[in-house]
Amino acid sequence: MIDRCFTFIIWLTAGIVFLAFGWLISEVVVQGVGKLSWSFLTDEPARSGREGGIYPIIVSTLLILGTALVIVIPLGLGSAIWLAEFTKKSSKRVQSTRLILDVLAGVPSIVFGLFGYAFFCGFLDLGFSILSGGLTLACMMLPILIRTTEAGLTAVPNDWRRAGAALGVSRTTLLWQVLLPYASPAITAGLLLSIGRATAETAALIFTSGYVDRMPESLNDSGRALAVHIYDLSMNVVGGDKAAYGSALVLIIMVVIINLSANALSEFWLEKKINRLQ
Amino acid sequence: MSKGLVTGNAYTLGSIEQGEPCCEAVSHFSIRDLAVSYQQETVLSNVSLEVYKGCITALIGPSGCGKSSFLSALNRLSDMVPGAKVSGDIIFEGENIFDTSVDVRTLRTKIGMIFQKPNPFPLSIRKNLELPLKEHGVRNKSEIESKIFDVLHSVGLWNEVKDRLHCSALSLSGGQQQRLCIARALILEPSVLLMDEPCSALDPISSGIVEEMIQRLAGRYTIIIVTHNLAQARRIANYAAFFWMTERVGKLIEFGQCRPLFESPQHSLTAAYVSGEKG
Ligand SMILES: Nc1ncnc2c1ncn2[C@@H]1O[C@H](COP(=O)(O)OP(=O)(O)O)[C@@H](O)[C@H]1O
Ligand SMILES: [Mg+2]
Repeated sequence: MIDRCFTFIIWLTAGIVFLAFGWLISEVVVQGVGKLSWSFLTDEPARSGREGGIYPIIVSTLLILGTALVIVIPLGLGSAIWLAEFTKKSSKRVQSTRLILDVLAGVPSIVFGLFGYAFFCGFLDLGFSILSGGLTLACMMLPILIRTTEAGLTAVPNDWRRAGAALGVSRTTLLWQVLLPYASPAITAGLLLSIGRATAETAALIFTSGYVDRMPESLNDSGRALAVHIYDLSMNVVGGDKAAYGSALVLIIMVVIINLSANALSEFWLEKKINRLQ
Repeated sequence: MSKGLVTGNAYTLGSIEQGEPCCEAVSHFSIRDLAVSYQQETVLSNVSLEVYKGCITALIGPSGCGKSSFLSALNRLSDMVPGAKVSGDIIFEGENIFDTSVDVRTLRTKIGMIFQKPNPFPLSIRKNLELPLKEHGVRNKSEIESKIFDVLHSVGLWNEVKDRLHCSALSLSGGQQQRLCIARALILEPSVLLMDEPCSALDPISSGIVEEMIQRLAGRYTIIIVTHNLAQARRIANYAAFFWMTERVGKLIEFGQCRPLFESPQHSLTAAYVSGEKG
């Protein structure tokens, strides 16, 4: 009896979640699909975005994200490898580093925005620019990527480290040939999580990369991210709803594409490097 | 099947098939006053013994008396254990392995190690063998191929895996995985094999196959094997070292040729242990 109740509740919660997401997605799709067209993707916005397209905004978004990733991937992987492979698990320094990262991963994005505004825009004199925005996003993404990658590496059995050491295999070789490929699904998941957080970001970007909706000419130009565009259209532009939904749909499609290609890439690497049970 | 397997299963004492001194005793390792501690706590002290070239030396004794710690001092694998300190001298091929001039990676290519739990890399069978070779500078394709063939033959795995070298090493059975690990160690052409209970995670049949293989490797390699299987130690070893724990510190109680140690032990603890009264 209790078992059946429990089963029912589990199904119910799953159903509610599923319905909520289904409703959300279908709302965006239904409202936005009318806007979607080739010219919407390739035109400049007109009349504050009510008409025209979102080409410069897509470009800005990708540039900001690209800038962030160029910083985040090497720094994040490097620090995670340091934490997982080159430090004593019990040392004070490492434990406090971990704690700080966990706190940072949970800090609201507006705080990163203010920091980015003060540090990158102001102190480093980068102004409102794609560079400032990308760097600020990088700060937000780093803790997430470091902690997930570290967890992924820590989960790799120690047996292989000992086997490698006993064969006189260097740590670098072992990392590249065995540990990192084996941990790559976890690393990819962390990367996607942080990319997800970055593409959804408005608060941190309004302060740093700004909201100029023209085509950026370099990384020093201000650029408007998609999420900022959606926010602006729905909050500040009367009659911008349709365009907002259209942009939201584009954003969702973009995230899906990034997800699929990252997974495919990691799967490809895994297949090439690692031979798991088949 | 080996003769040993016929006369006794994993836990009965069979008649002694081997156990004679293998050859004129040439020292390969000289261990002097070895002590191992973890986080300042000594777990093994005062171990001095000779390991002879081409012989099988069995380390026996109850769990926790420091046999694994002893073994991992010999190839300095203890370096990577946090909090582990090793003191004393280990002279290997005329050189103290703790000298600063010793390159640990080169040392470990001369001293192969096999662990209790088979630990092939999650790579294909071929890549498991290629990885250490390439790491140590062997790039020539045909040379790699012939070495792979040789070591898989040595461990009796060639016929079983020759058609599936590209398959995951993890798809092999436990016994096959252990033999692959031995092959992986052999491919670097070491002169010594350290084995830490190589059969205890295996079923009796696989265990017998691995044991038979170890016997075939003796002579070409100096083998130091930890085993809880006294019958196995009697069957395969030329020398035996008996460790025991007193006041939570492991000590070497008795060391000598295998047969005398089992048949007329000098120490009462040894006698009690090998007759199964203690431990
Ligand atoms: N990495 C380690 N850190 C702390 N103590 C250890 C470690 N490894 C082994 N020990 C301790 O050292 C003692 C000897 O262990 P070990 O060498 O594994 O013995 P055996 O192989 O004979 O069972 C045990 O008491 C064990 O708890
Ligand atoms: Mg042990």
